[in-house]
Amino acid sequence: MDWINSIIQGILVGGLYALFAAGLSLIFGVMRLVNIAHGDLIILSAFLGLTISTSLNLHPFISLIVVIPIMAIFGYVLQRGILNKTLGNDILPPLLVTFGLSIIIQNSLLEIYTADPQKMNAGVIEVASLSLPGGLSIGWYPLIMFVISVLIIGILQFIFYKTALGRAFRATSDDQEIAQLMGLSKNHIFGLAMAISMVVVTIAGIFLGVRTSFDPAAGPSRLIFGFEAVIIGGLGNLWGTLIGGIILGVSQNIGAKINPGWQILAGHIAFIIVLAFRPKGLFHRIDG
Amino acid sequence: MPNKVLETKNLNAYYGDFQALFEVSIDLFEGEIIAIIGANGAGKSTFMRSVTGLIDRIDNEINYKGLSIKGLRADEIAKKGLAMVPEGRKLFPSLSVEENLLIGGQIKRLGPWKLNTVYELFPDLYDKRNIPSNLLSGGQQQMAAIGRALMSNPDVILFDEISLGLAPIIIKSIYQNLPKVIQKGMSAIIVEQDISKALEISDRVYCLQEGRIALFGESKQLTRQEISKAYFGI
Ligand SMILES: Nc1ncnc2c1ncn2[C@@H]1O[C@H](COP(=O)(O)OP(=O)(O)OP(=O)(O)O)[C@@H](O)[C@H]1O
Ligand SMILES: [Mg+2]
Repeated sequence: MDWINSIIQGILVGGLYALFAAGLSLIFGVMRLVNIAHGDLIILSAFLGLTISTSLNLHPFISLIVVIPIMAIFGYVLQRGILNKTLGNDILPPLLVTFGLSIIIQNSLLEIYTADPQKMNAGVIEVASLSLPGGLSIGWYPLIMFVISVLIIGILQFIFYKTALGRAFRATSDDQEIAQLMGLSKNHIFGLAMAISMVVVTIAGIFLGVRTSFDPAAGPSRLIFGFEAVIIGGLGNLWGTLIGGIILGVSQNIGAKINPGWQILAGHIAFIIVLAFRPKGLFHRIDG
Repeated sequence: MPNKVLETKNLNAYYGDFQALFEVSIDLFEGEIIAIIGANGAGKSTFMRSVTGLIDRIDNEINYKGLSIKGLRADEIAKKGLAMVPEGRKLFPSLSVEENLLIGGQIKRLGPWKLNTVYELFPDLYDKRNIPSNLLSGGQQQMAAIGRALMSNPDVILFDEISLGLAPIIIKSIYQNLPKVIQKGMSAIIVEQDISKALEISDRVYCLQEGRIALFGESKQLTRQEISKAYFGI
């Protein structure tokens, strides 16, 4: 029973990992940008949520109403003001610039919030659980987190494949020059993609900040989880990313079950095993 | 005298330090079809790309409806009503045929061209509308590329290599359809390797040679000899 419990917990947390990954994957898919600051942006939105929910005395989930627009606008401006200028045939400039951004975010957060771990308080929902037959019990919070994550991935999938905006994303990703020729402004499209990515980042950040404690240096490991989920699932496939997140979550929980110190290690091992046998991920979709 | 819709004045275009066009002055009048001919590497595509905003470095003027469009981005130029069917068709491979057409149509300009009028023109596309565009035959891809450009209801449409690599029968059908495509006050510039086709379809023709205009005139009046001399430089 314990084992089944760990696996279920792993699946549920996998949804969160998939959220970490989805924004990353969207940005890479549309503009071939690897955003090294992605994890730090998740942590930044957790801190922003913390500040807003404590200062306005709001539930962390309600703070999303304020934090989402702030982060989305920040993403759009960041993309148009800086990141677009780094994009070209060379993949190094955007890597360096987002790496720099990562350091700036970490240090600013350290300056403002100190290195002390923080946590957001979501009230009873955090401890409430659902008892299932056979002695299993599932926390409401992880369950809600999972369901919303799946929903968000579904919405992203819908935007990408069923809307005019998604069509513009895919066209620009296929051929930037011809997309411009068709009247699509590349800079604007990329700005919108980053804004959407930041919406997902913010939701992930708030979920994370309620689930565990976080500190200014917590970003990079979230980036790694995101990367691993994307790569396990296969680039350019959001449902694959969800599966990737779940595989990562389940391996971590099984690892932790064997030995508490092995949690993170087990996730990396699962990642390496997938990479060794399926270098393009389990459900590879795009090339390049 | 009809209005000039497009004119370049002594246009120079460069790829880095390499100069590909030298003082190219071309006029296009309302309702007119001009052809640009010339050997491989003469600069035909470079001219088309300069006009549509795809070349970073150009000198001197490009005017569209009396206003300079030099220095504008390709998407800004497209929104003003200049569309191009690019060399090599360049459909978006991960989009379906219909999505390719819709991308052309997202510049919301008014005019006769919508999905159903494009499908009427090219019934083949209707049957294939939901398949990925990279699964179309070459001729169908050319139709889709033309349809995609039309969907923006342009005032000026540029065709770069309209018939390259297509079977004669398909070329024939595209040329038969061309008058239907270029009607209602639209103007067109056609790059065509086949000289007799170019002369047949166009009102006037310009011949480029190593980036310079070697000859131009009314299509009906130019002689074969003049053209081969300008074309091959012999
Ligand atoms: N991206 C580029 N970088 C550098 N030089 C280029 C580039 N594209 C074209 N050129 C050069 O510019 C000149 C004109 O090329 P362009 O493509 O305009 O010729 P074209 O007349 O369209 O030829 P074709 O009939 O083969 O299509 C050629 O010498 C070509 O090598
Ligand atoms: Mg050419």
